Amino acid sequence: MNSVVASITYRAMLGRKRIWLLAALPLALIAIAVLLRLIGGGDENTAVRLMEKFAIGTILPLLGLIAGTGVISPEIEDGTIIHLLSKPIPRPSIALTKFAVAASLIVAFSAVPTFLAAYLLIGTEAGVAAGFAFGALFAGIAYAAVFLLVGVLTKHAVVVGVIYALVWEGAIGGYVPGARKLSIQQWGQTLADQVSSSPFLKADVALSFAAPAIVIVTVVAVLWAGQRLRGLSLTGDE
Amino acid sequence: MSVIELKQVSRWYGNVVAVNDVTMTIGPGVTGLLGPNGAGKSTLLHLMAGFLATSGGTATLDGKQIWRNHEIYRTIGLVPEREGVYGFLTGWQFVRSAARLHGLQDDAAERALELVEMTAAKDRRIETYSKGMRQRVKVAGALVHEPQVLLLDEPFNGMDPRQRLHLMDLVRKLGAAGRTILFSSHILEEVERVAQQIEVLVAGRHAASGDYREIRRRMTDRPHLFRVRSSDDRRLAAALIADASSGGVSLTAQGLEVRTEDFRRFTRLLPRLARDLNVHLWQVSPTDEDLESVFSYLSGRS
Repeated sequence: MNSVVASITYRAMLGRKRIWLLAALPLALIAIAVLLRLIGGGDENTAVRLMEKFAIGTILPLLGLIAGTGVISPEIEDGTIIHLLSKPIPRPSIALTKFAVAASLIVAFSAVPTFLAAYLLIGTEAGVAAGFAFGALFAGIAYAAVFLLVGVLTKHAVVVGVIYALVWEGAIGGYVPGARKLSIQQWGQTLADQVSSSPFLKADVALSFAAPAIVIVTVVAVLWAGQRLRGLSLTGDE
Repeated sequence: MSVIELKQVSRWYGNVVAVNDVTMTIGPGVTGLLGPNGAGKSTLLHLMAGFLATSGGTATLDGKQIWRNHEIYRTIGLVPEREGVYGFLTGWQFVRSAARLHGLQDDAAERALELVEMTAAKDRRIETYSKGMRQRVKVAGALVHEPQVLLLDEPFNGMDPRQRLHLMDLVRKLGAAGRTILFSSHILEEVERVAQQIEVLVAGRHAASGDYREIRRRMTDRPHLFRVRSSDDRRLAAALIADASSGGVSLTAQGLEVRTEDFRRFTRLLPRLARDLNVHLWQVSPTDEDLESVFSYLSGRS
């Protein structure tokens, strides 16, 4: 971990208008929760559906994509990464720092708003708020690692990320039961289910699979990103 | 004293060969890497800076492998060509971050900014800088740790004449102090003003190597083609063809076309002849003076 790398990365992610890219979706989530509350739709079933479909199903992967690729892809694209890489710092440590920044942003802009939205709707009822925040926290960290890796592996990180998050997890996961096992947001729901006692929430993936999967995917992705960064080729303008 | 050594280095991208079997040693002093655009200069610099793996051959710094070795950056300072600087940082923040990444204190950053004369503008954001100022801030960032080796990719591009002279002076001083400095350029005048040693790269191949006098001689001692328009083309043509420096003279509707075998002699002969014959010269222009033709001639000979 390197504090200079972290501070430059935070400034790149949060500076001026960039922060709205991260803040827009969680604000929308909270606004929906407030609206539902105002029109009296704040029951437990609605809260669980909103968390499943929107908080974990949409916002979390999108923020994972924005933050995970955002901490490194633009710098590789415009060559600013040379400033960090041409220093006597082990590159895996740069990758680890970038991961930590991405993960912290996802926690702040996804796990925390997830808790707030659910709490605004139904308070602490059935542990829904705490459960989904818990799930979003760990799934968010895994997303940060995976999308950081995608950002290092390919110039088309956003396209690859969208295909994974929307097509694989969103569409295929909806129809092919097996595919659901290989879905970070399903693992997040499994974790949420452990904390929440709500009968409306039923996770498809067993904890015995989801918990080790999250840890392994996160660790492998960060290590792999570090190794790829060691061998990063810059071709210049020629 | 540090030395970068390339041994039979090649680099290809798919079917395209960017650098072809280059062997060179870059030692203390200033070396200019000269070549037309697309000759593979940036590729070669990236190979030396650890941002590209060789497809064949070895690239070493003081005997140690460069690729996948972050320790080399204690010795190397790199100024890339692309404007890769964080626009949202001020000049000071940028150079200080470079110092901190090297584990150095603020005084190192202050020294480096002074060296490139950017102290006055250091608190402005880099995105407000001109191209030349960005270039200088990048140089400062590469110099914070007083590296033994400095690699600069087209460093004088986009600088105004005063900034250019200042940076040239700085590069010369660092070279005189025993640092190993390599910079790339496609402009011969730029290279010969700063570098003692010149390496010429043409189409990915090491076309020539030597001091600037040697390279200059090779570049000028070649057949030149001139177009001349005057008040009396025919008389001038007759006098020109009588001299040994002319390889051929033809009368065309646009004036004379003169091929000369001896550049220096011809350039002295022409004004003298015109004066003696009382012929007015309207236009004298070289028609093959573009760098590509100079370089292709040079690479064809060596």
